[in-house]
Amino acid sequence: MFKTFVVAAGIAGLLASAASAVDISGAGATFPAPVYSKWAETYKATTGTGLNYQAIGSGGGIKQIKAKTVDFGASDKPLKPEDLAAAGLYQFPTVVGGIVPVVNIPGITAGEIKLTGPMLAAIFYGQITKWDDPVIVKNNPGVKLPSLPITVVHRSDGSGTTFGFTSYLSMKSAGWASKVGASDSVNWPTGLGGKGNDGVAAFVKQTPGSIGYVEYAYAKQNHAAYVLVQNKNNKYPQPVAASFGAAAAGAKWAQAPGNYLLLLDQPGANSWPITSATFILVYKNQDNAAAGNQVLKFFDWAYKNGDPAAASLDYVPLPLSVKNLIRKQWIANVTSGGKPVYTGQ
Amino acid sequence: MDRALRRKITNSVFVGLCGFATLVALAALVLILWSLVIKGVGGLDFKIFTMDQPAPGSPGGLRNAIVGSIVMCLIGMVFAVVIGILAGTWLAEYGGKTRYGQVVRFMNDVLLSAPSILVGLFVYELLVKPFHGFSGLAGGVALAMLAVPIVTRTTEDMLTLQPNTLREAGMALGAGRGFVIRSIIWKAAGAGLFTGGLLGFARISGETAPLLFTALGNQFFNANITKPMASLPTTIFQFALSAYDDWQRLAWVGALLIAVAVLAVNTIGRLVARESHRP
Amino acid sequence: MTATTMDIDTDPRDARGQGALGETIFRWLCLGAATLLLAALAGVVISLAIGGWPAFRQFGLGFLTSTDWNPVTEVYGAAGPIVGTIVTSILSLVIALPLALGVSVFLVEFCPRNIAKPIAVAVELLAGIPSIVYGMWGLFVLAPWFALHVQLPIMTSTSLPGWVQAVFAGIPNGANIFTASLILAIMILPYMAAVFRELLLTIPSQVREAAYGLGSTSFEVIRKVMLPYVKRGTVGVIMLGLGRALGETMAVTFIIGNSHGFPHSLFDSGSTIASTIANEFAEATSDMHTSALIALGFVLFVLTFAVLAVARLLLASEKH
Repeated sequence: MFKTFVVAAGIAGLLASAASAVDISGAGATFPAPVYSKWAETYKATTGTGLNYQAIGSGGGIKQIKAKTVDFGASDKPLKPEDLAAAGLYQFPTVVGGIVPVVNIPGITAGEIKLTGPMLAAIFYGQITKWDDPVIVKNNPGVKLPSLPITVVHRSDGSGTTFGFTSYLSMKSAGWASKVGASDSVNWPTGLGGKGNDGVAAFVKQTPGSIGYVEYAYAKQNHAAYVLVQNKNNKYPQPVAASFGAAAAGAKWAQAPGNYLLLLDQPGANSWPITSATFILVYKNQDNAAAGNQVLKFFDWAYKNGDPAAASLDYVPLPLSVKNLIRKQWIANVTSGGKPVYTGQ
Repeated sequence: MDRALRRKITNSVFVGLCGFATLVALAALVLILWSLVIKGVGGLDFKIFTMDQPAPGSPGGLRNAIVGSIVMCLIGMVFAVVIGILAGTWLAEYGGKTRYGQVVRFMNDVLLSAPSILVGLFVYELLVKPFHGFSGLAGGVALAMLAVPIVTRTTEDMLTLQPNTLREAGMALGAGRGFVIRSIIWKAAGAGLFTGGLLGFARISGETAPLLFTALGNQFFNANITKPMASLPTTIFQFALSAYDDWQRLAWVGALLIAVAVLAVNTIGRLVARESHRP
Repeated sequence: MTATTMDIDTDPRDARGQGALGETIFRWLCLGAATLLLAALAGVVISLAIGGWPAFRQFGLGFLTSTDWNPVTEVYGAAGPIVGTIVTSILSLVIALPLALGVSVFLVEFCPRNIAKPIAVAVELLAGIPSIVYGMWGLFVLAPWFALHVQLPIMTSTSLPGWVQAVFAGIPNGANIFTASLILAIMILPYMAAVFRELLLTIPSQVREAAYGLGSTSFEVIRKVMLPYVKRGTVGVIMLGLGRALGETMAVTFIIGNSHGFPHSLFDSGSTIASTIANEFAEATSDMHTSALIALGFVLFVLTFAVLAVARLLLASEKH
């Protein structure tokens, strides 16, 4: 028996020495993982190069690129220019997505309730505790709101989605900014936590009177009752790809040092107010020119050919002008031995 | 009420309670398996074993995750069985009563309760960070560290229970202590040792957290243990919490596969393990 | 994953073993394995102590006594998760231990052998279900059912006294300390039942038969003869269960509700050390946040130390 065991282990070892084709790896944010895996699948089918991306969380992505255990990191939360400089990193955006508040109020359908940013902040702070609070009623004439206590559902795990949502609440409410703040995990004043978008969606579904926030894909796939949020132009756009695209279209990447840019509360009648981009992190000075070249080549390919796949999974591609700006940045910023690792080929 | 009757009633109540406890355990299993089967069986087809994990919306299976899990669990179990049985043997037969033995036993119990995520972090510091790369080998080592304490604990318990007459009989024939342990005691305790190994395997078969920091995971097929490697639990974790129906279905299929694997190993092992000494 | 029974070549010439050298080598191998185990644990604890040191230095005792856990202001107090860990572990043990005893006694004593085998395998199968599946089952199946059929009736009942209401207060969605303990109990049951059954099976039949011969009922034989016989092993079973419960991560994370404060009732949401680490580690970007989480892991080790030490003391005091 023991011998069989050792033989089996030997066979496993032999198996393991077989060469593999995968030669670039990246890790980080969970939000873009589906679209990156879709791109990687098609990219491998067309070029033969495998790019292995694993969703371990934005914080994990930042830590792993700093520890040089992966070829690139990914984060939903852009690093500030000074942090990038300190770590010798360069970051660029890939796709854009939206964060959508969802509710479970008996008799209320998707898009029926309109809230402003300050109201959202007051609800998540625990200041507004009932759905028929005069403030909400006044903003929703003609909507029959029940006298139901509000249960706040937030993420229990740290997440880029929470970073985007709390950053938005901080912009809209000075009280929120000073008492709670913006981060990927915060000290929530009230409510309960669900693990992942899925956990939040499940708790909202199970708890009458609850409100939570999820990535757009989850709101869409779960047919959740989403809330309309007032944007900078005092309009209430639907949370759909076109509205996230509108928010991204007006963004001024060229004037953002280190590409540090939040797409929250962007101007435009059709802009969804809680929109965010997701980022890739690579070293400015690449130890391995070939690996660096492979990474940038992959994203160049994705910029060129990846838009339909992104759209089919409810992500919003970047505008062409932004993509071209980023390509120029690659040549200027990512080098190995003083030479750019990507030359546009 | 006379004493005999009271004793009878107490006994019947006790038997009833034991039966009820068994029913509760089985009910829990049936309920959980039922949801696995309902959500997983629909997605079970040949593709699961022949194709690698897909992106959302593409056809695919779980081949890369299945192979990765087998490789890493094998690595983990080889380490765990060898170290666990030897360490458990030392505790039971040699040094269990010494101060050092007490320390080892105590520490083993502490290691039992180490959250798997912390073990993963330790192996990350040990095998991933210094070499600048995630690997299937690191994943296997992390799994081994989770299974060893269980194997050690059960080995010691089972060996301690072997009657001393066995040892004395062997020694009387002039055989050395170690020889007696290997050829008599281990054999006699075979079923118990097997249970320990099995519990160790069951423990690591579904572990996600330590693999994320060690093996990372891999979208593609890879059998090279020096490179990032996929595993069923990490794939399940990613797919189950996604927004896409096809990914969620695959996650349930993967969970079903792990349950079936544990069942298969258990059953085959029970058939193989000698249970001759059983009443 | 093959069976762990080991065939040793029993060459007749070798009836006396491999001589003194072989003996010594084997003995040292066993000792080496035990030492390796110790080294592994020491490695884990030391790496946690080093990683958690900045947080301990910064917050001192407040880390253990404060419930203020705020990643934005970089203030970390871990009293909530610490209490949650202790409460859920003990609760789950209280639920699982009688079940494990009942199952194993039933299988060994009262159940026909041909049925006992499949049932035993089925119970062990519970150990093979991935943690995340328990979590999802808890979230999507147990929690809604629990909210509807247990929490709501209790909350809306007018006949229950006030203190009962207080014990069971909470948001009626089934994600709380109690349901987390229930899931934990189901998860640790197979380990405890399997080992306990093995223990009972090793009791020599003459011991049992002698007791039956004196006219004892099954209950008396089990209580007075069999349980004392496997007492030491029973402590092992409890340790195994408790150890698994203290460190269980994924399943708890899904269903405990994840709030950092003290739980105020059985049906209140809470958090455990393991769930807090799992929730926040992947996204913790600041050094202090990471350090606080690792320090939390170190606290869990110390907690385990304490729990095990207390258990050992209790055991020592029981020895006659």
